[in-house]
Amino acid sequence: MFDDFFIRALVAGLGIALVTGPFGCFVIWRRLSFFAGTLAHSSLLGVTLAFSFDINISFSVLLISSAVALILLRLQKTTKLPSDALLGLLAHSSLAIGLVVIGFLSYIRFDIMGLLFGDILAVNKKDLLVIWAGGAIILLVLKLIWKPLFASTVNYELAEAEGMKPEKINAVFTILMAAIIAISIKMVGILLITGMLIIPAAMARNLANNPKQMIIISIIGGLLAVVLGLYSSLEFNTASGPSIITAALVLFILSMFNIRKFKQLKK
Amino acid sequence: MSLNNNILVKLENTGVMLDNKWLVKGVSLEVKKGKIVTLIGPNGSGKSTTAKIALGIYKNIEGKVEKFTDKIGYVPQKISIDWTLPIRVSDFMSLTEVLTNDEINNALKLTGVEHLKNNDLRNLSGGEFQRVLIARAISKKPDLLVLDEPVQGVDFKGELALYELIKEISEKLGCGILLISHDLHVVMSATDHVLCLNGHVCCSGTPQAVVKDSKYKELFGDRASTILSVYEHDHDHTHSPDGTIETKK
Repeated sequence: MFDDFFIRALVAGLGIALVTGPFGCFVIWRRLSFFAGTLAHSSLLGVTLAFSFDINISFSVLLISSAVALILLRLQKTTKLPSDALLGLLAHSSLAIGLVVIGFLSYIRFDIMGLLFGDILAVNKKDLLVIWAGGAIILLVLKLIWKPLFASTVNYELAEAEGMKPEKINAVFTILMAAIIAISIKMVGILLITGMLIIPAAMARNLANNPKQMIIISIIGGLLAVVLGLYSSLEFNTASGPSIITAALVLFILSMFNIRKFKQLKK
Repeated sequence: MSLNNNILVKLENTGVMLDNKWLVKGVSLEVKKGKIVTLIGPNGSGKSTTAKIALGIYKNIEGKVEKFTDKIGYVPQKISIDWTLPIRVSDFMSLTEVLTNDEINNALKLTGVEHLKNNDLRNLSGGEFQRVLIARAISKKPDLLVLDEPVQGVDFKGELALYELIKEISEKLGCGILLISHDLHVVMSATDHVLCLNGHVCCSGTPQAVVKDSKYKELFGDRASTILSVYEHDHDHTHSPDGTIETKK
């Protein structure tokens, strides 16, 4: 059944949506969208390193993204620059280094568009395994750290005072974020992964009134966006990654209408 | 039981320095089971900082902190909930502890906000939110309660009721309480030990001893020292020979 490229794309996309759904909510709650973007930008360097040393792409992306996250934490403590400036610094310098390295690797033909926007239709069976096995591990860890993670998202000091160890939990969360980017970068691309994280969660925020509900709606939204996006890319012959994000945007816009209707009904 | 077993948290000569300025310095205190220790002092005197030292929120501190329990309930002085987070009172109640529905209901009932259980946390008034914070801290049946101005913004009637509740809970659960309060009446009536802070410990001891201290008068003015005499006309307690307050059973 996985022999058909379209089925593979669908299964890959659904697997990614299952993971980005809950994490997107945390990205929004913790105001980390720029941070997610920075990790994604740095992943280009990870991809080029994978080609240079002939190692697994997901593994090297995980390595580089984690390293960038650690450097960020270090810089936040040692410099007086605001976080957004540091994120911009890391995002664009790592992207630039990645592009420079590509220049040296002239013997390999890079599909830059594929790296930036993803190539979900070129997913092979091994990629599926990485997405679903990796995704399952990521979700399992999330379930394990759910309580302290949520508590420290609501209030750091309260979590610290009541023994939730937020510092440790934040480090685990950061590594999980890097892992999500690592498993999904090939499919969704460097520039669109942040959209996949944020847009379904933003849609869910419009409809939910408690945290768990927001996560469930965010997952459903992501799954719907993948199905709608992939079928429309087949129908209209458009690029698959951008089609998925566009579908997510459409869902977000619909959720806005929903709010307005609710408010009118209340009046 | 050894003496040490009753101590829940112990601070020895602790202090915090931030940007080359001491927030608070040289504070020693211990909170024992069933005892209420209160921190008083003017604004910026290091009361909240001392509480945070005891809770382990500050990492780089001078001196030594020993905690003998992990079951801690904390009511912070300030807390803001981000509007991006949809969270109901019931979600907030079980933030750091697994609670049954009944436990949540009971705790909210004690502080008089059971009807707000399914409300969005952000839509509560200041006083209502404060009641939810107290309910959350006591719902986990902690060994140690740290209350940083727990009744701020609560109406007059509710204030007294909540202080009574806090006292009742400390007796029922046998937990120790570290309290920060501006309400000297309450502090002096319901407290076992008072620390008067102003960047350092000005004076400390039983309420009776502190009120008589000249440094206390310096900090709070002459009128503050009459508080105890006003209070002494209240008849829900007796005094033991050494002057400490004993609640009538």
